Amino acid sequence: MKLPTPPLPKALRPAPKRPGQGRDGGNGNGNGHGRTGGPATKPTPKDQAVEGAASAVGWLDERTGISPFLRGFLYRKVPKGTNWFYTLGSATMFAFLSQAITGVFLAMYYEPDPTRAYESASRITNEVFLGELVRGMHRWGSTVMIILIFMHMGRTFFFGAYKYPRELNWVIGVVLLVLTLAMGLTGYLLPFDQRSFWATVVAVNINASGPVVGPYLADFLRAGAEFGPTTISRFYALHMLAIPGLIAALIGAHLYLVAKLGTTAPPWLKAEKKDLLTEEV
Amino acid sequence: MADPPKFDKKSRYTEGRGIAGAYEGETVTRRRLMEGAAQVYGGIAVAAIALPGLGFALGPLLEKSTVSRWQDLGSEDDFNIEAYVPRTFNIVPEVGDPGKSTVYVRRFDPERDTVVKGQERQPYVAISTRCTHVGCPVRYIQASQKFVCPCHGGVYGFEGAVEGGPPVRPLDRFYTQVENGRVQMGDRFSVNSEFERFSPRDPSNHLDGLWQYLYPSRPTT
Repeated sequence: MKLPTPPLPKALRPAPKRPGQGRDGGNGNGNGHGRTGGPATKPTPKDQAVEGAASAVGWLDERTGISPFLRGFLYRKVPKGTNWFYTLGSATMFAFLSQAITGVFLAMYYEPDPTRAYESASRITNEVFLGELVRGMHRWGSTVMIILIFMHMGRTFFFGAYKYPRELNWVIGVVLLVLTLAMGLTGYLLPFDQRSFWATVVAVNINASGPVVGPYLADFLRAGAEFGPTTISRFYALHMLAIPGLIAALIGAHLYLVAKLGTTAPPWLKAEKKDLLTEEV
Repeated sequence: MADPPKFDKKSRYTEGRGIAGAYEGETVTRRRLMEGAAQVYGGIAVAAIALPGLGFALGPLLEKSTVSRWQDLGSEDDFNIEAYVPRTFNIVPEVGDPGKSTVYVRRFDPERDTVVKGQERQPYVAISTRCTHVGCPVRYIQASQKFVCPCHGGVYGFEGAVEGGPPVRPLDRFYTQVENGRVQMGDRFSVNSEFERFSPRDPSNHLDGLWQYLYPSRPTT
């Protein structure tokens, strides 16, 4: 049962339009036109705010032509049966954004130098205001992102959403998975305690075990034959510049393909002759 | 009146293809030439940025990053022929604590020890504690006369030869020399299971038989 909408209090009821107020901000200047009709009252601050916002959006849209794109991107049709499992990709992306934001703040205090790294990291935890929280968000958020990305991958696999014509998006997703794991590897060294040091030594040596290219890959990661003075700054540069840039670019490509190709219906839904698509607004 | 301009679309010459303003004998259109030139200039501009950047990142593969030096380990009297003496040294002094490592040192025993081929004159045996599996630090256990790795259970005998677990070759060694009664330690070298000398390799790199060709030496050593 649907209850009737309660009546608005008098102060909030929209006043009927006055003569000369009919046009909807067509000239992009919403402020002056109420005064032309002689005795017309001044527009209320609320009217001005609405008009101002609308004209600002209109100004942008007139110059970028972005609204058809946004309409197609944000109000696209999705299949029947779309459910919460379809949000795992967005969840992964928001985990990435959270990592990016907390990472920026951590970078303000962190010093990627072998003699200073541990001290600066423990300073973030123990002395910086809310540093413990931000570092904790980054540290646990990394785990959350790995879990989400695997759940998203599992959803795609079990729903058959990797099939034609979405194979390329699967491939991009796998690259994103590998890059995310690379983020985990490079970030693990940065606290620079015993565990992260030895874990990195072992991880680099596992890279070195690959035939022919392995030793070169290890030298690239370590910046030399031994764990040297620039190893940690190298990991830091990869962790906060190179890999996140790649991930952001590939997320863009991933999303473009999602919007372009649409999403799949869950496998338990049989194809219907008509009304297969419902509009979700 | 036959069609006056007889153009052949497959002609070699732009004039023959009927392109307006074509020169006689011209084979490449100016538009196409400009396209090609723009591509080449673009390629040069990208390479001018990308190649130095790439070289910067890959430089450590091509240049020697650890300095060769002889480090003092102590007086000759500190070491004996029977048991290993642990010594701490700094393999990369610039790193501070993480550069520190342990070396086990013992006087070379001509009757008991296997001679590393080509290195007969090493007066001391200096064994690296870097496990040849994935590089954890091994510890020498005097009671069993074995080196044991805490990570994945690698076991090495008295001379560093693999006796169990995942390691792929004996423990690395360091060059040694005696100067004015002081024992000194030089660069690292690797050995395979036949105790043949190799330039230093990463842990996990096999060096026996055909394996040695899959794990080449560095261009810098």
